[in-house]
Amino acid sequence: MRQACLKMVYELAKRDERVVFVGSDLGAGTLDEFRRELPDRFFMEGVSEAAVIGLSAGLAKEGYIVYVNTLAVFLTRRALEQVALDVCLHNLNVRLIGNGGGLVYAPLGPTHMATDDIALLRPLEHMTIVAPADKTEMERLMPLTLDHAGPMYIRVAKGYDPIVTPADEDFAIGKAIIVRRGGPVLLVTTGITLGIALEAAETLARDGLQAAVLHMPTVKPLDLDTFAALAAEARAVITIEEHVLTGGLGSAVAEALAETMSARPKAFRRIALPDEFPDRYGSQAELLEYYGVTPARVVAVAKELRRS
Amino acid sequence: MMAERPAHPPALDARSYALRRRIVEVLDAARRGHVGAAFSLVEILRVLYDDVLKYRPDQPDWPDRDRCILSKGHGCLALYAILADHNFFSEAELMTFCRRDTILGGHPDARKTPGVETSTGSLGHGLAVGVGMALAARMRHRPNRVFVVLGDGECDEGAVWEAALCASKHALANLTAIVDYNKMQSYGPTRLVQDLEPFMDKWRSFGFAVDQVDGHDVEALRETFARLPFHAGKPSAIIGHTVKGKGAAPVEHNAAWHHKSKLSDADVDMLKRAIEEYGCDRPA
Repeated sequence: MRQACLKMVYELAKRDERVVFVGSDLGAGTLDEFRRELPDRFFMEGVSEAAVIGLSAGLAKEGYIVYVNTLAVFLTRRALEQVALDVCLHNLNVRLIGNGGGLVYAPLGPTHMATDDIALLRPLEHMTIVAPADKTEMERLMPLTLDHAGPMYIRVAKGYDPIVTPADEDFAIGKAIIVRRGGPVLLVTTGITLGIALEAAETLARDGLQAAVLHMPTVKPLDLDTFAALAAEARAVITIEEHVLTGGLGSAVAEALAETMSARPKAFRRIALPDEFPDRYGSQAELLEYYGVTPARVVAVAKELRRS
Repeated sequence: MMAERPAHPPALDARSYALRRRIVEVLDAARRGHVGAAFSLVEILRVLYDDVLKYRPDQPDWPDRDRCILSKGHGCLALYAILADHNFFSEAELMTFCRRDTILGGHPDARKTPGVETSTGSLGHGLAVGVGMALAARMRHRPNRVFVVLGDGECDEGAVWEAALCASKHALANLTAIVDYNKMQSYGPTRLVQDLEPFMDKWRSFGFAVDQVDGHDVEALRETFARLPFHAGKPSAIIGHTVKGKGAAPVEHNAAWHHKSKLSDADVDMLKRAIEEYGCDRPA
């Protein structure tokens, strides 16, 4: 997914001379083709996220569309103030490409896992937050980033994730995608949790419980219209995310539910990471299992909600 | 910590005096502001806007303008007085400083204030943004230059030095950092809170071509700015030696006057009297 994303930045740069790439000490050879062919618009800066975001804001202020890439956790934690004040306050065209959203860097520990990135960025005015589910969806997203007005955070998954988005997906920034229709249960996902929800929905169907799956690659702004339409048909809503409980997709959906559905309350659960810094290592898959962000847990929660 | 009145004759000319008087009028209207920081900046900003920068007040986004970022945003009272003087907005607007619907907030707000390139206030942001603007000028083959005015306390921020590394790596001769080195930060003297010395050596070792100047000596400032860039392949840094609160003796070197939020009638009268007593001995 990351490769596809960066390759598309290069394609966009060839097409549009406003496109600039800024990396912060990325892996050797990253975007070599871009560097060789468009050296004036390729910047590989040091391990200095604050300066990287600041200079990207300066470039954007001068009319460039700046694609910034480094680890998600450093973009969102380390350089949060620069993202807020240099970029978002001025509504600048800076695209933050965050490698390793969620538990991707599990073996590297809590310093490298971006488990609160969405929560950190959601309150920032003008910020658009997108978490594609797979490489194909990333490829649908990237061309649309060129003319998107204002800052954007692109949460990049591990890579080589299974392709789970529908082949005919009608992708638009800010639009939720109904991947599966029908039933008393509504599963809401972002990023790779779409795959988890689809697997859970299959199991539930076999057990006689129909679940709709609403994929929300754009977490901000949240597509409230599509969500409300589906939620109206459901008795229970379950959000699934590779992010802490606080401030992510589940929080956004809870806010929407509380404000728009109070007349017809829904049973509601968030399946997310607990309010703690991860204290285990291993792999992303192992930690998803450890924290219960799994199809089996979704199935169990759905059945529990049906009983209640 | 109150300093004695200087025994030597004041070195402020009529324009420097008038700008300070205007700042005091704004303080009188708003009853708040970063007094010491503004007073130490007056000559640096005045020379930049009077003699150095290319800009069009009626077209603040003129593409070929020189970019000037007041990274020590809390010095904005001096900036606003000078921008008003150069007709970026009216003198009447100046008197709305910090009011609810003003265009002149307690820190420079690029969304609102004509002539402000980027919003500042949280310290350590301006130099990196300036680096981006200087890179953009180079990429577009534009002649414009970028000036970033920093505070000395601001240079405690690591982000300043990240940006400095970056500026020198890119050999941004179109970028100049000017430090208002008044040697006082909020709590007290920089040498006690966070010593910056050897300050010029630091900038030099970060790849800047460096010079120093008396930051209140208008002629010396003009001469220093006229020599920019100091090196054809390096960004420049100017250390402006200044006095916090310059031009009002009871405020000079006085940490208590870093920021005031409830200026009394007596405070305002004192400031008015102090700048009158300081006076001006030379025509502008």
